[in-house]
Amino acid sequence: MHLDAKIPGGPLADKWDKHKFELKLINPANKRKFEVIVVGTGLAGGAAAASLAELGYNVKSFCIQDTPRRAHSIAAQGGINASKNYQNDGDSVWRLFYDTIKGGDFRAREGNVYRLAQVSGNIIDQCVAQGVPFAREYGGLLANRSFGGAQVSRTFYARGQTGQQLLLGAYSALSRQIAAGKVQMFSRREMMDLVLVNGQARGLVVRNLVTGEIERHGADAVVLCTGGYANAFFLSTNAMACNVTANYRAYQKGALFANPCFTQIHPTCIPVHGTYQSKLTLMSESLRNDGRVWVPQTVGDKRSPDQIPESDRDYFLERKYPSFGNLVPRDVASRNAKEQCDLGKGAGETGLAVYLDFRDAISRDGKDMIGQKYGNLFQMYEKITADNPYEKPMMIYPAVHYTMGGLWVDYNLMSTIPGLFVLGEANFSDHGANRLGASALMQGLADGYFVIPYTIGGYFAGTQLPKITTSQSEFTSAARTVSDRTQRLLSINGKRTVDDFHRELGGILWEYCGMARNDEGLTKARTLIQSLRSEFWENVKVPGVDMDLNQSLERAGRVADFLEFGELMVIDALARRESCGGHFNEGFQTEENEALRDDDNFCHVAAWEYAGEGKDPQFHKEPLVFENVKLTQRSYK
Amino acid sequence: MTKTINLTLKVWRQQSATIKGGFETYHASNISTDMSFLEMLDVVNEQLTLDCREPIAFDHDCREGICGQCGSVINGRPHGPEKGTTLCQLHMRHFNDGDTIAIEPFRAKAFKVLKDLVVDRSALDKIIQAGGYVSVNTGGTPDANAIPVPKEIAEKAMDAAACIGCGACVASCPNASAMLFVGAKVSQLALLPQGKPEAARRVTFMVQTMDELGFGNCSNERECEAECPKEISITNIARMNREFFKAGLFSSTR
Repeated sequence: MHLDAKIPGGPLADKWDKHKFELKLINPANKRKFEVIVVGTGLAGGAAAASLAELGYNVKSFCIQDTPRRAHSIAAQGGINASKNYQNDGDSVWRLFYDTIKGGDFRAREGNVYRLAQVSGNIIDQCVAQGVPFAREYGGLLANRSFGGAQVSRTFYARGQTGQQLLLGAYSALSRQIAAGKVQMFSRREMMDLVLVNGQARGLVVRNLVTGEIERHGADAVVLCTGGYANAFFLSTNAMACNVTANYRAYQKGALFANPCFTQIHPTCIPVHGTYQSKLTLMSESLRNDGRVWVPQTVGDKRSPDQIPESDRDYFLERKYPSFGNLVPRDVASRNAKEQCDLGKGAGETGLAVYLDFRDAISRDGKDMIGQKYGNLFQMYEKITADNPYEKPMMIYPAVHYTMGGLWVDYNLMSTIPGLFVLGEANFSDHGANRLGASALMQGLADGYFVIPYTIGGYFAGTQLPKITTSQSEFTSAARTVSDRTQRLLSINGKRTVDDFHRELGGILWEYCGMARNDEGLTKARTLIQSLRSEFWENVKVPGVDMDLNQSLERAGRVADFLEFGELMVIDALARRESCGGHFNEGFQTEENEALRDDDNFCHVAAWEYAGEGKDPQFHKEPLVFENVKLTQRSYK
Repeated sequence: MTKTINLTLKVWRQQSATIKGGFETYHASNISTDMSFLEMLDVVNEQLTLDCREPIAFDHDCREGICGQCGSVINGRPHGPEKGTTLCQLHMRHFNDGDTIAIEPFRAKAFKVLKDLVVDRSALDKIIQAGGYVSVNTGGTPDANAIPVPKEIAEKAMDAAACIGCGACVASCPNASAMLFVGAKVSQLALLPQGKPEAARRVTFMVQTMDELGFGNCSNERECEAECPKEISITNIARMNREFFKAGLFSSTR
């Protein structure tokens, strides 16, 4: 298989304009003849469904939650980047592009990332026009803050609820199109299979999560906006329902999966405190603007933090990375926190935590000012831990947060299956091996508002789409496969619960395919996952019946897919014989323990093709070509 | 400090919207006080599963207090006893060993029970669809800094926009009114210059839809404000009423 990314020729800055001009248009009157399925209603999905409907396409939108307003984009706290240069501090499209490419450790495509930076400003304009209440200065203009991995202030925010406000903006645009009859909304539906007709993506089989009915939906194209796979780790900052099923099904139907081992471990999360724990909570990275990260100088110093004088503290990020300090990118911050804890300097009962201290910021700016910036985050922290961060430093530890890998897409955001588009976190395209803070919201909305409305037209204009019905054999057989699998899950009636298996899988991935990996551990993880998977299919206990609201059954299906997908993550991690960004193989590091890339042999996208049950996936390579930036050792010192 | 407690739960179980439900009693033993309320329910559900009984169905997703999907009535209070806290952020340290806890779904004419603690809140979506938006298409919007918005106005709009659409306001109101939910959205958009052109139309249609869907009226009980996990103020209801009267008096919408 030849992977053609379809990056337009010409100078970087002109590629997108040129491409938009070259894409064939669909006459407004003809747009209403096309039907588009959009799965997921987060920033990418909500924005795509609304924008496509505004153009005249007939959209069917699906979400797993009870309403499209709850997708997990809502939980993003810190902000959204845009190269507006409102602060006059030297920002530009080029700088945002460069920071993102460098932040991703040179494992993303120049063309895609440049386009992302180009449309970033439009996103802010769009959101303000929708009534998103961004933070403002006294003069009435928009406020900005700085964020990890950047030396300019380009992050727009709405208190600590930026994701919520942007999502509600997209939801409002979607609601308007639902009212206009251009979007048919299907809530509480889970995509169970993708249906291909003549090799083109033409529909879905979904399960109605209230009644258990298996429904079939046909369309002219399918757009997956189904998020990331961080819940493979069981404990992550993702919402409980986030899963890989939709993407994995597309993979099984022939879409390649790119860079599955690129996962982001976010440095500032509330540490794990018990085995019953169901999820981890992120504390926005914006806290690192004012909070200082430290551990005790001496191993085993268990004094309470207020008893540890300045001279006995090690502000390790400021010490090791003087120019970026506490604002180093996430992968660097996470790995350093782990390193300190591995040295035995970790804080708290478990020793798996570092301090994030606001003492100096409070004495510099006053409690009110700090409260204005982070009040709701402090409050959230206190609710969970019963500690007050105004008085006692926070304790934080890295947690799985985001996945850079995803379904392979070309410049048009189309996967290797014609008519299957993939947007937002579900695709792999823009963040390389590490995502910078405040860039996920930017990418989701860029894909949904400003890319897919153009590229989907180009696909329709250049493609023959024969008439289909949902009673034809492709739909019937997909629906049967889904029902059979459901029956199989319900009939096992073993001795272990779904969560029990999920927790064990998460433990394996965290231990061997987490912040630091090595060949021995990865090889072991593969065997462990395989045997856990066999046990799952013999010993899982799924109560209840299929034609009902059955949350155990929902989870069982998702965990079954994680048990297969987890192995793919490990396979990809083993194959990438270098360290870069979120993928840190201990066998490949510099003398200073930084990630050591191998640009000669691994400057590529690893795209995996499903080869059938029990068979090793087939590897495909998309070489990454850098014509505009020079590959350098990423340094934040 | 971590300690464990034992609890008796009286949980509303209902097979479906059409089958009558009732309370059943369960024991939750050795519950760590660091657990969240939903983690406590997870523990109970794991045991029910192993005992070959059907686990309790409840809605939840982000478990960090922002998605608005969770919510049950705990000892008569939506989202439980802690002020400004969603159920997923309520921790067991607020309960004592030996407590009996009653857990029921949000109840309102407009919210049908689907199963156990899971209710249908799609009526809230319908209200937003009636006008809870600014009618702008993607693209062609002016530069974000073209229209300055005074900081205090932006802050007030943000206060209102913090609503997570959980429906606790409806569940807490003796009239099952959605005035706080509607007031919050109307206020956010009426305060901002971007929302003003449609303000009259918006409030008129949203209020009309709210009435049609079977939500009650506001009689100033203030329960909604007390139970709102995001502490949305009832001044938003007052603002909505002003907007509504203004629309009636000066607008051609009606």
